[in-house]
Amino acid sequence: MKHRLKHLSKHLKTEWQLYVLLIPMLIWFVLWVYKPMGGLLIAFKQYEPIKGVMGSSFVGLYNFKQLMFSSAFGAQFWTAFRNTLLINMYGLVFGFPVPIILALFFSEISKESFRKFSQTVLYLPHFLSEVTITGIVLTLLYHGVDQTGMLASMIYKINIFGHQLVQPGTKILETARYFRPMYIITGLWKESGYNSIVYFAAIMGVSPVLYEALKVDGGNKWQEIRFVTLPGMAPTLIIMLVLRIGRMLSVGYERVLLLYNTNVYSTADVLSTFVYRIGLEGTNKSLAGAADMFNAIIGFILVIGANFISRRVSDTSLW
Amino acid sequence: MKRMSSSELIFKVLSYFFISLFIILAAYPLIYVLSASLSGRAAYETGQVFLLPKDVNFQVYEILYARNGFWISYTNTLFYTVFGTIFSMTVSAMGAYALSKKRLKFRRQYNFFVVFTMWFSAGMIPSFLNYTSMGVDNKWGIVIAFGIQAYNIILLRNYFESVPQEIEEAARIDGANEFQLFTKIYLPMSTAALATVTLFYATSRWNGYFWASILLKNPHEKPLQVFLRSEIMTYRTLIENMVTDTLEFSPDSYAYAILICSIIPILIIYPYIQKYFARGVNLGGVKG
Repeated sequence: MKHRLKHLSKHLKTEWQLYVLLIPMLIWFVLWVYKPMGGLLIAFKQYEPIKGVMGSSFVGLYNFKQLMFSSAFGAQFWTAFRNTLLINMYGLVFGFPVPIILALFFSEISKESFRKFSQTVLYLPHFLSEVTITGIVLTLLYHGVDQTGMLASMIYKINIFGHQLVQPGTKILETARYFRPMYIITGLWKESGYNSIVYFAAIMGVSPVLYEALKVDGGNKWQEIRFVTLPGMAPTLIIMLVLRIGRMLSVGYERVLLLYNTNVYSTADVLSTFVYRIGLEGTNKSLAGAADMFNAIIGFILVIGANFISRRVSDTSLW
Repeated sequence: MKRMSSSELIFKVLSYFFISLFIILAAYPLIYVLSASLSGRAAYETGQVFLLPKDVNFQVYEILYARNGFWISYTNTLFYTVFGTIFSMTVSAMGAYALSKKRLKFRRQYNFFVVFTMWFSAGMIPSFLNYTSMGVDNKWGIVIAFGIQAYNIILLRNYFESVPQEIEEAARIDGANEFQLFTKIYLPMSTAALATVTLFYATSRWNGYFWASILLKNPHEKPLQVFLRSEIMTYRTLIENMVTDTLEFSPDSYAYAILICSIIPILIIYPYIQKYFARGVNLGGVKG
């Protein structure tokens, strides 16, 4: 023990500068990320602002029961939970393949300058704020008395085999069934290009020898994609899928908050916006805290589960 | 030029076609927003604006220019972006450098400590209570309490790890200490990674909305995004009340004009840094 301490103090004497560089970052994470985790205790308390989280009285699982089974909140909570899962599921089904396909296309563009240009344009929307993006969507889809947003009037014109996609005059922003498509499409527009970066890098990393070998064997392009490119990307695909599943419960709530309105709560309200409404707009912090905790735990289980499965089936994992 | 098989040719043609289509889909809304902000009222409201502006006038930008809240929020956002990025970069780069060194004791644990925050967070209510109890309700509070992301730290750490060991040893022999190694050797050698992370931090500061809108007490400290949002929700009545008979533009043009003003700084900086980040961002960034 004494020997160890001596060893440590000698280590610190020579390497103290390294720790000086490290400590501000550690303090930052403690103060702003780890300390609030203790505040999750609010889920088990009857929170009173004057007493603070620690001083408030302990009520066990009361808040969770209220949240899930009371007539005041139960229905809202389960709607929000279902919407969170559904929006993520659609996000996965549409949002996962599009960047991969995009990366495959990018890799086929042999004219360097055109490829660079197209990547520059397609990565750009990622860097615009949610307020900007939703601002554009809200203005383009606006349905007013005397005028209609450009996108809304375009959508009214879409007619597939005599079947009207959206009835002219429909207030798209205020119709519950259009919220999720709108949310997903907005997300696709914003993130598809940017999300293709990792896949593009993976495709570039596939050894050219493999392509040559397949060519010698007389394989065509589809076989090349199927037997060389996609298997070569497999580790990346799996990691990204694990990441995606791990984030199933963390919908980009800013976008929902900025796009939704009372008319579309039935399809749009997600756990985080529900938490925001009852805990920050409203005053029911304990109940909102319980929903937060529920969200965090399920999210965490999803990450660990997805990681476990991917390690089992493919030897690829996050940690 | 080697010969292409027919399936290769088809796929190539398809690629060019779809990429061109995607470019149009990505760029068109932005071009339309710009054109609509510059177009005259009659042309816009009768649906004549499609790609290029019609009956160009700058009245809407003059009105925006004269709006007090616009300049206040714009300067505030500049403040948050500049100081916030400097703060986040300093803390992240220093920490990432330390994490990249094998001689750091408990290195694995520190790494886990950072990476864990990518997967588990306290949630909105506990975070909110923490911010308010720590007095995060002013400009400097926003700068210090936000912005650092584990992802960016890992990205920098991986980059620092890839710097050849020999360079460090040579500098050591010349008598460089840790701080000198960090500032004189590692930072200058990592410009690509630093530029990438700076872009990430700067845009997230520039775009910051939610917490600023909730936490800031003084309305004169609100950033551009908060102003932008409130204008978008209220512009129709605002504009109709502002100028009654001399309105040369549609109220919508006003919303489009502030959207454009909020995008311009990103449009200016982004192309310069874009060439770095395609290299900087890869799987290394997401794996702990």
